[in-house]
Amino acid sequence: MSDFGFRVIQEYFLNYCPEFELFSPQKMIHSLFLINCSGDIFLEKHWKSVVSQSVCDYFFEAQEKAADVENVPPVISTPHHYLISVYREKLFFVSVIQTEVPPLFVIEFLHRVADTFQDYFGECSEAAIKDNVVIVYELLEEMLDNGFPLATESNILKELIKPPTILRSVVNSITGSSNVGDTLPTGQLSNIPWRRAGVKYTNNEAYFDVVEEIDAIIDKSGSTVFAEIQGVIDACIKLSGMPDLSLSFMNPRLLDDVSFHPCIRFKRWESERVLSFIPPDGNFRLISYRVSSQNLVAIPVYVKHSISFKENSSCGRFDITIGPKQNMGKTIEGITVTVHMPKVVLNMNLTPTQGSYTFDPVTKVLTWDVGKITPQKLPSLKGLVNLQSGAPKPEENPSLNIQFKIQQLAISGLKVNRLDMYGEKYKPFKGVKYVTKAGKFQVRT
Amino acid sequence: MTDSKYFTTTKKGEIFELKAELNSDKKEKKKEAVKKVIASMTVGKDVSALFPDVVNCMQTDNLELKKLVYLYLMNYAKSQPDMAIMAVNTFVKDCEDPNPLIRALAVRTMGCIRVDKITEYLCEPLRKCLKDEDPYVRKTAAVCVAKLHDINAQLVEDQGFLDTLKDLISDSNPMVVANAVAALSEIAESHPSSNLLDLNPQSINKLLTALNECTEWGQIFILDCLANYMPKDDREAQSICERVTPRLSHANSAVVLSAVKVLMKFMEMLSKDLDYYGTLLKKLAPPLVTLLSAEPELQYVALRNINLIVQKRPEILKHEMKVFFVKYNDPIYVKLEKLDIMIRLASQANIAQVLAELKEYATEVDVDFVRKAVRAIGRCAIKVEQSAERCVSTLLDLIQTKVNYVVQEAIVVIKDIFRKYPNKYESVIATLCENLDSLDEPEARAAMIWIVGEYAERIDNADELLESFLEGFHDESTQVQLQLLTAIVKLFLKKPTETQELVQQVLSLATQDSDNPDLRDRGYIYWRLLSTDPVAAKEVVLAEKPLISEETDLIEPTLLDELICYIGTLASVYHKPPSAFVEGGRGVVHKSLPPRTASSESTESPEAAPTGAPSAEQPDVIPPQGDLLGDLLNLDLGPPVSGPPLATSSVQMGAVDLLGGGLDSLMGDESEGVWLPAMKAKGLEISGTFTRQVGSISMDLQLTNKALQVMTDFAIQFNRNSFGLAPAAPLQVHAPLSPNQTVEISLPLNTVGSVMKMEPLNNLQVAVKNNIDVFYFSTLYPLHILFVEDGKMDRQMFLATWKDIANENEAQFQIRDCPLNAEAVSSKLQSSNIFTVARRNVEGQDMLYQSLKLTNGIWVLAELRIQPGNPSLTDLELSLKCRAPEVSQHVHQAYETILKN
Repeated sequence: MSDFGFRVIQEYFLNYCPEFELFSPQKMIHSLFLINCSGDIFLEKHWKSVVSQSVCDYFFEAQEKAADVENVPPVISTPHHYLISVYREKLFFVSVIQTEVPPLFVIEFLHRVADTFQDYFGECSEAAIKDNVVIVYELLEEMLDNGFPLATESNILKELIKPPTILRSVVNSITGSSNVGDTLPTGQLSNIPWRRAGVKYTNNEAYFDVVEEIDAIIDKSGSTVFAEIQGVIDACIKLSGMPDLSLSFMNPRLLDDVSFHPCIRFKRWESERVLSFIPPDGNFRLISYRVSSQNLVAIPVYVKHSISFKENSSCGRFDITIGPKQNMGKTIEGITVTVHMPKVVLNMNLTPTQGSYTFDPVTKVLTWDVGKITPQKLPSLKGLVNLQSGAPKPEENPSLNIQFKIQQLAISGLKVNRLDMYGEKYKPFKGVKYVTKAGKFQVRT
Repeated sequence: MTDSKYFTTTKKGEIFELKAELNSDKKEKKKEAVKKVIASMTVGKDVSALFPDVVNCMQTDNLELKKLVYLYLMNYAKSQPDMAIMAVNTFVKDCEDPNPLIRALAVRTMGCIRVDKITEYLCEPLRKCLKDEDPYVRKTAAVCVAKLHDINAQLVEDQGFLDTLKDLISDSNPMVVANAVAALSEIAESHPSSNLLDLNPQSINKLLTALNECTEWGQIFILDCLANYMPKDDREAQSICERVTPRLSHANSAVVLSAVKVLMKFMEMLSKDLDYYGTLLKKLAPPLVTLLSAEPELQYVALRNINLIVQKRPEILKHEMKVFFVKYNDPIYVKLEKLDIMIRLASQANIAQVLAELKEYATEVDVDFVRKAVRAIGRCAIKVEQSAERCVSTLLDLIQTKVNYVVQEAIVVIKDIFRKYPNKYESVIATLCENLDSLDEPEARAAMIWIVGEYAERIDNADELLESFLEGFHDESTQVQLQLLTAIVKLFLKKPTETQELVQQVLSLATQDSDNPDLRDRGYIYWRLLSTDPVAAKEVVLAEKPLISEETDLIEPTLLDELICYIGTLASVYHKPPSAFVEGGRGVVHKSLPPRTASSESTESPEAAPTGAPSAEQPDVIPPQGDLLGDLLNLDLGPPVSGPPLATSSVQMGAVDLLGGGLDSLMGDESEGVWLPAMKAKGLEISGTFTRQVGSISMDLQLTNKALQVMTDFAIQFNRNSFGLAPAAPLQVHAPLSPNQTVEISLPLNTVGSVMKMEPLNNLQVAVKNNIDVFYFSTLYPLHILFVEDGKMDRQMFLATWKDIANENEAQFQIRDCPLNAEAVSSKLQSSNIFTVARRNVEGQDMLYQSLKLTNGIWVLAELRIQPGNPSLTDLELSLKCRAPEVSQHVHQAYETILKN
């Protein structure tokens, strides 16, 4: 990292030295830097003029101050620029902007970029990006023009720039054809920009996943401080032609706080509580919703806990037990308990009745992989905690973070009634799957 | 094979090798070479030396290769302008290509090349593309106009591109409309005066239609543009709101927040009585809450904006406290913002929950967060009086933890609690004193010293405690030094016998041994006060302190209103107006909220619709800039009033006694009463009245010279009084006043003078000087000169306030012999700024509910009972409620005066 004085001069030079770039206002995103966890800038893209990498030093400075990568503030101001960043899959997407812009616009866009990489390369990682650097560049160019987002829908991008496949790269190298589409994407300007035309499948299928996550804070005594359900309906639609779908629910009243994919006709929902839409092709999120009314949010598990540290002694006791609460008769599985133990904890010596546990003495994180609950014998984890000798007894009580999963259940009670298709003649195969998971589910001790 | 192969280099010199490959005859090899060049570019390597070779690859029918070359050109054209010109022909040719994708690509790339020579060639192709048959090309061209404008604004205007762009707002394709709007907004931003986006109901309608059909990004541009529109009346505002509301359910949070901005702004124009207003309030809460379940970066921006919204319209989220509860693995920047909003939403209804949470947070690991949580507990105590006791005991529990920074924060906030509730929680002082030694932060030390000084009489060893601080006086920070000085002086004034030595020690430390001018000045002031007039010193140092306000860090209302117009922007994240930090601040236009229209409320007085309404409702915040400026001007223009210092109380009291009898008669009749008879003022007779006209108060004086000599050099001064009345300008008597001559002078008054409670409340003591002597008199002013123009409360507020004020503060009066009907009463009172909020007819009696506000922000609510149609019952019954009940009888007086005049 260069020293501060030098950086200021560089920044100044960059902005005011006429040989480089006359200062000119630029709407939206000026440049993008991709940075990995060890602080290497491994990709940069400039939409207008080149901004020196040194601008990222401000970001590194903030990162250092934040100690934890997740705590780096998303908006950082520097003498001549603003840096707006998102943290995804252990990568920082740092954008440089110069004038007043809506930060949410930028953040949404950056997440969309990450989503697109994920979609194209199967993962959004440094390796995947480096392996496909030319496609990445073409994508970024296609997604943003002079700061105006151009094409961000996966369906359209895929018509403009074909995703890499092993087969295609072989074919390309034989035939000399390219991975750039040379015709204008059909959906781009129609009233349904999210769908490409001429879709054909031999098996026509439409699947919907209703996924609900419970966010909750449970206090020491086991009562619920806060609970809400974050639900989404993800769709995987492989239907030929231009299908027009209607999805109805047994209990649409549950959905009073909903965000829609642009394809949904809002008026139909307002008047009839039916989701009516021409779907994009492939995977997409149809709606997300929130159920917050306390009496609708069931808490499927309970935790009994006793964590205590003795005064003037270098040990403490740890004892937690998990049991089912309102699980609607379904099995609760995939349970994991994570605890950030206080800094003075040196080691933990525990015995689980079920599953296995690990304790990382560096990060002080205890992870207990429980598996599923069988009501006959409730899983528990007991034992001793070794503290740094001589250190004062820790003041804070660690919170327990619980993960779990319940198949075939939407905890809010939401149920799909029927799916109808219009506009096409074939009979599609339809399916709905429900799953409930723990979101940010915390138990205070 | 992956693209990582493009990064490998050979020893021979990469550039050299690439050059050879770029000039290869084989298409495939060329393409691979260009890819290598691009790969180098992505990691910031300078490959500009290859410019001519890459440009040579441009003429190709392979679209991928063309795109790659274009990518390269955009990066380096600026550094190689002469070379870039080589590319122009291909660009121009590509703009004619039958494939719309290539036409669009060419015009788009050309716009990105910021080289003057190229821009000249861009005009013709651009003109064609703006009228292209393919909407994809048109929408790309629209953005290109903005790019070109950025390079050469004059050229764009000369070529008439702006008009073409304006025409595109009416395009049949919504994406073209959205891009045209985006381009125009960008251009308009750099030329605020150009009036490019002259929005009218027709164009607004087009935008609203396009809003439903264009992409999410286009929606943001259109919504931001709509937010700049000023609807002509509340009906139009409502219809726009209705069409924007569906955007609140969009999956893209930026769309949601832009929609919130439009709604928050236009809501300002809707009457609160409207059903739709309530519906809209309800609709705003869920989308805001939903933003909090998004990624943490989005949450952060959302929270910064919610912070503004909560200050402007707390009612939207008042039931949503729980969503702001902090999860332990939230990023710290989210935690701190959530905490801030929790305090803003704290009220009597939810305080128990909030406190339980705050206590939980105070035991977390993160130091910054814990500190803020402890402070938050103090703020709760100050904000919700009922919870103060609980808060104090929570703070004491936290002090018992002995965690150093927790203790220090707790002491800082306890000091504020003492300020807010004097003589209530002093029992905890002993506990605080136990922790004296552990305090190492200046703010905490200063707070503790303040507490010791303030309550010196109850702390037995106060002198020892303060003495212990004094030992390291020079090492303390200024904050602590100043506090220590004041505290010891307080101690001395309370226990003079034992502490003489201590006070001398601190005074000499502050005045002789310190380099700090603030400290020295304060030291000298105390020294002189103590040595010349200990009684005055006591009055100054131990004076009653003004109460501290509930909300300490509210954003100043005019700024808040401006920021509401910038919801979703960087300004909203930094809580500063864009002009404060945008680079260069070029021509940033200040935005303001639209005024509320008064179509549904006929009772509203014409002048009672000020734009900055909220600023007037909160008297204890900084006055709007205009006022400040006015004051400064006054200071500059008027020569200093050379009046004598006001005499001590004995002289004034004498004056009151002497005038005593005559004063009562003054109130009843409106004729100018004699305030100062000639015989008492060596021939000067003063009579006068008080009036209020359109917001300004004046004292109309009549000076008569009944002496035999000429009078000159007039000056006037007021003693401190209950409402801070003071002359706004010096008394100007232009010519000398000859014997038997009378002048009439209207002296403008303001209410920014010093305040001291008088008995009776409306008593005003005046000193007038002329070349002969100084004269004193006192007079009573009618209270209605203090009724301000924006004294109209809205109904809900009236109801809530009426209920809120304790019943013992209610006063009943009768106004006899007033044969007026409700309309007449209402209009008469309104002309004196008593506003009728609502009217009801109960059993043949008219009930008027009225509100008025005094210049110092005190509200008075009234219920007036009239019995029309019954000539025998001409008495009116007046009930007054006010938080300061002592004003009631004077308000009653004012009613009498106004109604019977």
